[in-house]
Amino acid sequence: MRAIGIVLAGGSSTHMRELSNKRAVAAMPIAGGYRAIDFVLSNMSNSQIQKVAVFTQYNSKSLNEHLNSSKWWDFGRKQGGLYVFSPTITADNRSWYRGTADAIAQNLDFLKSSHEPYVVIASGDCIYKMDYNDVLYYHIAKKADVTIVTKRLSSEQDATRFGVVNVNQDGRIVEFEEKPVVTDSNLISTGIYIVRRRQLIEMIEQANEEGRFDFVKDILIRYRNVKKIYSYEMDSYWSNIGTAESYYDTNMDFLDKKVREYFFKEYPDIYSKVIDLPPAKYNPGCKVKNSLIASGSIINGTVENSLLFKEVYVGNNCTIKNSVILNDVYIGDNCNIENCIIESKSTIAAGTEHIGKETTAIIVEKNARYVI
Amino acid sequence: MIRKEMIAMLLAGGQGSRLGVLTAEIAKPAVAFGGKYRIIDFALSNCINSGVDTVGVLTQYQPLRLNTHIGIGIPWDLDKNIGGVSVLPPYEKSNESEWYSGTANAIYQNLGYIEYYNPEYVLILGGDHIYKMDYEVMLKFHKANKADITIATIQVPMEEANRFGVVITDETKRITEFEEKPEKPRSNLASMGIYIFSWPVLREALIAMKDQKNCDFGKHIIPYCHNKEKRIFAYEYNGYWKDVGTLGSYWESNMELIDLIPEFNLYEEFWKIYTKTEYIPSQYIGSNAVVEKAIIGEASEIYGKVYNSVIGSGVTIGEGAVVRDSIIMNGTVIGERTVVNKSILAENVQIGNDCELGVGEDIPNKEKPNIYSFGLVTVGEYSKIPGGVKLGKNTVVSGETTPSDYVDGILKSGETINKAGERI
Repeated sequence: MRAIGIVLAGGSSTHMRELSNKRAVAAMPIAGGYRAIDFVLSNMSNSQIQKVAVFTQYNSKSLNEHLNSSKWWDFGRKQGGLYVFSPTITADNRSWYRGTADAIAQNLDFLKSSHEPYVVIASGDCIYKMDYNDVLYYHIAKKADVTIVTKRLSSEQDATRFGVVNVNQDGRIVEFEEKPVVTDSNLISTGIYIVRRRQLIEMIEQANEEGRFDFVKDILIRYRNVKKIYSYEMDSYWSNIGTAESYYDTNMDFLDKKVREYFFKEYPDIYSKVIDLPPAKYNPGCKVKNSLIASGSIINGTVENSLLFKEVYVGNNCTIKNSVILNDVYIGDNCNIENCIIESKSTIAAGTEHIGKETTAIIVEKNARYVI
Repeated sequence: MIRKEMIAMLLAGGQGSRLGVLTAEIAKPAVAFGGKYRIIDFALSNCINSGVDTVGVLTQYQPLRLNTHIGIGIPWDLDKNIGGVSVLPPYEKSNESEWYSGTANAIYQNLGYIEYYNPEYVLILGGDHIYKMDYEVMLKFHKANKADITIATIQVPMEEANRFGVVITDETKRITEFEEKPEKPRSNLASMGIYIFSWPVLREALIAMKDQKNCDFGKHIIPYCHNKEKRIFAYEYNGYWKDVGTLGSYWESNMELIDLIPEFNLYEEFWKIYTKTEYIPSQYIGSNAVVEKAIIGEASEIYGKVYNSVIGSGVTIGEGAVVRDSIIMNGTVIGERTVVNKSILAENVQIGNDCELGVGEDIPNKEKPNIYSFGLVTVGEYSKIPGGVKLGKNTVVSGETTPSDYVDGILKSGETINKAGERI
């Protein structure tokens, strides 16, 4: 593909509650074996993008560990590669990334020294599969300046936490409002953009001169009448995990066979960094129903309608229902857990009860752990 | 300048014919084990965990699966600038070309590979045992004894010692005598087929014995060195070590992994076993499923009931199916309501709905009773079994079968259907 990729993975989200204390949203584990950013990186790799820059800022350590090699996603090593750009202090810059456009502006060399004509920009916190080539063909056919991938939400989904757009018959975006208080449109921006590289450099440089730092507010919305900004509407699975509720729901979606078939079985695959863990072990007395279990887990108790991520230990006589248990959690004997997200590396003392009543409870519990 | 203290030569060319259809199209070291591993993973992981980062893998019999599994060694961190893993098949030479005719002959034909790395010691390994061993400790023992050769040994029960090559040592652990499969063993220290040679000693012996037919370490090289009064020592290993040479022992050692606290523990952080992971997604256990006493690999979908079994990755077990006391390897699909008793189903097998495997009397297999016994049903990779049929005990199915292959819908105990080769 004649494009380079930019992944915006710098953000934190207060809507993630305690879950964002120790990691960037893009580093959130998903569906047992993955991290959120795996989906966008795999999509880029599967779209034959060879060169990708990931912009990190908030808690970048959590992502750096995951992105320690480009080979998990099959990016080039000599031709292209995976670049991780965190803010640095240089002679002519002394600030953090003050916004998405500023992040790109601070790394403009990356764009300038590339030779691919197009840039795909996407965020690291969305779960979907996409061949960006299809968007690029549309972009070229429409002679667009910027193409935004959009998604029509169902009536029960809340559009107001996204950028909401209105399009004319040709697909050109005529209205664009970021996180509106009320809206009658349900067509939202997915945060995936295609733009010609020189066009992007020009827009970023101009915004930078004017002291404007946000890609959506200061470039897309500001220029929507001057530049031809088109909407490419996707109709496959797409989910943003930016709130604790949507994170929980997205994981629970994987208990649906159709969702699993789509992500796990159908071409192309989603890749991730592989840590070799032994198969999951089901000991005598365990009862597991309608659950997704990742490798390295050992189960002695009852697990229903839940996800156990990697290396989870469930003690004797436990009951776990409608919960998401993240990596490396140890649950002692006789625990009762319902409607919870348990943060990774937690140790739940034997005999404890955690029940999320009205909303999903987020449990972070550090106890001494005695492992055989 | 290139220099390695110790490099490993891993013998992975053997067929392992006693594993029957499991090794019909893949070499024994590439046979699946313990849900997601292959047998060679244990030796390769031991190498990198012991700090041996240069490994020559000698292949000959059906190497395709082995080659794709090993690749450039990424899963074991054996993709190195200098060293790493190299697959060494037999090759054509200008004057005469030959296959590897014996274990030592295979090493002799690759003297150039060893010389390139300029080692002080050479570790000779087999690729067909399940164990965790620190070769560095064995090397320390070798150096401390100023040995020329160190042989790894293990204590076996006296009544089984006649199946092994046993060694007799003096009080300093120096080996004084060898007995190959002795009728009346005088010792129960069995050789594990793992040797450390000081490189000049190995080199001299291989060249001196180069015209020996089927030149073998146990039969020729070690006796030759012994006659030359080289210092040969026995290093005693006392951890878990399992030869999975027969279908019975293969089945047993898989089953040991599902014990509450298995003797061979894969769940320890220390001394991890690495493998090429072909599947990343988690496994799914359905609403009507029952899983008790089992290990299950990634991306499997279980809708039926599983008891006391080892299930690989990417396996599908249909609604209402029951799997007991069985080993099911990667990618196999079991139809709805099918009952599987004490079976070994190799990779990518497809079994239709409403079948019953492992029923009836325990009659020995008629064609190869010494291979297919233990009451097991054995199904070779890429086999197909149509819906509604019954398979007795000690039966073997290989290849795509149709209902007409089953008289009255039954394959009686001890019978064999071999239609392999029709896949291609």
